[in-house]
Amino acid sequence: MSVSASPTISVPRVGGSAIAEEGPTTEAGEPQRTAPLGVIVGGLSSLQNAIFPAIAAAFGTGIAGPGLLIGLSVGAFVAVLGAVMSYVRWRRLTYTIGEQDIRVESGILSRSARSVPYERIQDVSLEQKVIPRLLGLVAVKFETGAGGADDLSLSYLSEAEGERLRELVRERRDDVEGAARTAATDGAGAETARAGEGEALFTMGPRRLFIFGLFEFSLAVFAVLAGVLQYLDSFLGFEFWEVEFWRDLAQEQGGWLLELSAYGQAVGAIAGLVFVFVIGSVTGLARTFNREWGFLLERTARGFRRRRGLFTRTDVVMPIHRVQGVTIGTRFVRYRFGWHSLRFVSLAQDAGSTSHVVAPFAKLDELGPIVQTAGFQMPSENARWHRATKAYRNVSIATDGVLFAIAAVIAGVATAMLAPDWIGLAVAIPIALGAIAAGVGFLSWRFKRHALDESQIIAVAGILAPTTKIATRVKLHSVEIAQGPLAKAFGYATLHLGMAGGELSIRGIPVERARDVRAKVLETIAATDFSQLESQMQVQAA
Amino acid sequence: METVAPATMAQPIPSSDSHFDDEELTKLDPNYKTALRINTGLTAIPFLIGSVVLETVLVEATDGAWPLPYGVIVAVVVFVALVLIIRLPGRRWHARGYNMSVDRLRVVRGILWRSDTIVPFGRVQHIDVDQGPIERALGIATLTLHTAGNHNASVPLPGLRHDIATEMREDIRERIKRDSV
Repeated sequence: MSVSASPTISVPRVGGSAIAEEGPTTEAGEPQRTAPLGVIVGGLSSLQNAIFPAIAAAFGTGIAGPGLLIGLSVGAFVAVLGAVMSYVRWRRLTYTIGEQDIRVESGILSRSARSVPYERIQDVSLEQKVIPRLLGLVAVKFETGAGGADDLSLSYLSEAEGERLRELVRERRDDVEGAARTAATDGAGAETARAGEGEALFTMGPRRLFIFGLFEFSLAVFAVLAGVLQYLDSFLGFEFWEVEFWRDLAQEQGGWLLELSAYGQAVGAIAGLVFVFVIGSVTGLARTFNREWGFLLERTARGFRRRRGLFTRTDVVMPIHRVQGVTIGTRFVRYRFGWHSLRFVSLAQDAGSTSHVVAPFAKLDELGPIVQTAGFQMPSENARWHRATKAYRNVSIATDGVLFAIAAVIAGVATAMLAPDWIGLAVAIPIALGAIAAGVGFLSWRFKRHALDESQIIAVAGILAPTTKIATRVKLHSVEIAQGPLAKAFGYATLHLGMAGGELSIRGIPVERARDVRAKVLETIAATDFSQLESQMQVQAA
Repeated sequence: METVAPATMAQPIPSSDSHFDDEELTKLDPNYKTALRINTGLTAIPFLIGSVVLETVLVEATDGAWPLPYGVIVAVVVFVALVLIIRLPGRRWHARGYNMSVDRLRVVRGILWRSDTIVPFGRVQHIDVDQGPIERALGIATLTLHTAGNHNASVPLPGLRHDIATEMREDIRERIKRDSV
């Protein structure tokens, strides 16, 4: 790593107190500090935090008089306090790259030390928000599968240091795991020789992003706007949520509205709809471009590497052998045009920015190679599909029907007591909904199916937007056959398959079939121990 | 009955045997019924107190105009509690069972909602043997197998005699080729 980009300070610890000492060493085993520039990011974010208290103080004490001054001083105080805290926090946080683990010690008054062994680190992801990006800093996150807040993260390191750390973790982890897979070294060695830059598996250019953005049509901006308006109520005396406000407005403006011809009113309505449509599309486009800009999925020596983001750039590496399964999803409208998304199921928690989408918007034939690289096969033409029993379908429809019937009775009784005129409507709505649910249940049964091939289980569900889940048999962890009282009476069962990082249940299949699938899956599982699982998958992937 | 479990462990069943659905299940220790009864009994106490208080308050509040004779609500609660304490544990005990073969543990449970789970030893992450105070007094324990799957992340098997539970734990631990640290 370049020392000039990040003057790392090594800190020999004496009796718990840290004494800073200039030195360019980044030797393993020494506690290190994160990048000093990170303090600036902390300071800037505390400035951001200061805005709100400042405004509140200014308005609270009367904006016209001394309020402005008080507001400014409160803001300055909060900002300075935040900046000082951010500096102290930086001073008190050290990380150590050990032989077996990464250790982070932090805390201003109460110290906490967290250790994560290399072999437990699932992915290392790098994230750059706008300001850190301008300063050449990166947040490094070690995903362990513990999920969310329990994951270890270091913010901020210089870009070079982040990259170096990631390589290091990967090497150390392989060293630790290496003992378990000497047989695999040949394949892995050849792989490493080919290392460096990987081959691109999937990218999205501006044109693709534009189409994607149109399908991401969103009216979220109106919700945000409504929230802001409600918030401003108290400040502006602008009674957005009061009926009177709108009645007055209608009476003031209504005159010319009524004077317009029917034609004019229709044009107005259409213009309104077009406006909503344009805003929704623009929102969708903006969000998509922001999230997916420069999307690049590569196959590197160590697995899949995904980079994306316009302002906040993320860089995630997913080792191939950690992929537990794949999910091919779609949505109602985009499915008509043949667009699908591909997501990996991984042990690392799938939350927010760390989501394991590897191809958010692609045609099926583009997904095939990615799925294959991950060690899975798309369902073949002659796959033998199995369905749930008809008894399951009928029982599901009947139980739904009973629920809607109860709802209809309750609605009927309630309206009979409160508003007898509406009883017809009140009873008709639940019954109509029940009929729709029955129809959907009847149809969806045809589309819900599963297949078992030599190495994987495939489950498909959904009428208008089908989802395909593919799991490797060998990577399942337990098999359960569950039967409720109705299932027992009608001879069907639900098969729950224990999948790391995901759910896979096959509902309503005949008991015999469930037992058959379970026996086959267990046969595959029993052949491979968990500790051999990863090395074996690595050999296969290589 | 307690000796059945070690016996099945001693004679390994081939892993390719797919007829394990018809295998004879090993029953849990009869003390498990007692443990269930004590637990249900302890749970029932607050309800019993609540019903006494409720009935007294109702009778007081209506000033003697309460239509039911004193003690009806309490009697209903006692009846339900007795059914749950006397009848149910036996049926639950009957519904439960396990089977340990050379490479997997099968756990069956549930009266109305049946569940039949198989955990292959090759996928066990770690093993717990727990004993609560009641379990300790009765000499039984709960064996829990943890897997990495989201569904069935932990599979508990309660009501084993303590020495059998620890024996099973050692047995499973030996069969896991490498312990995950």
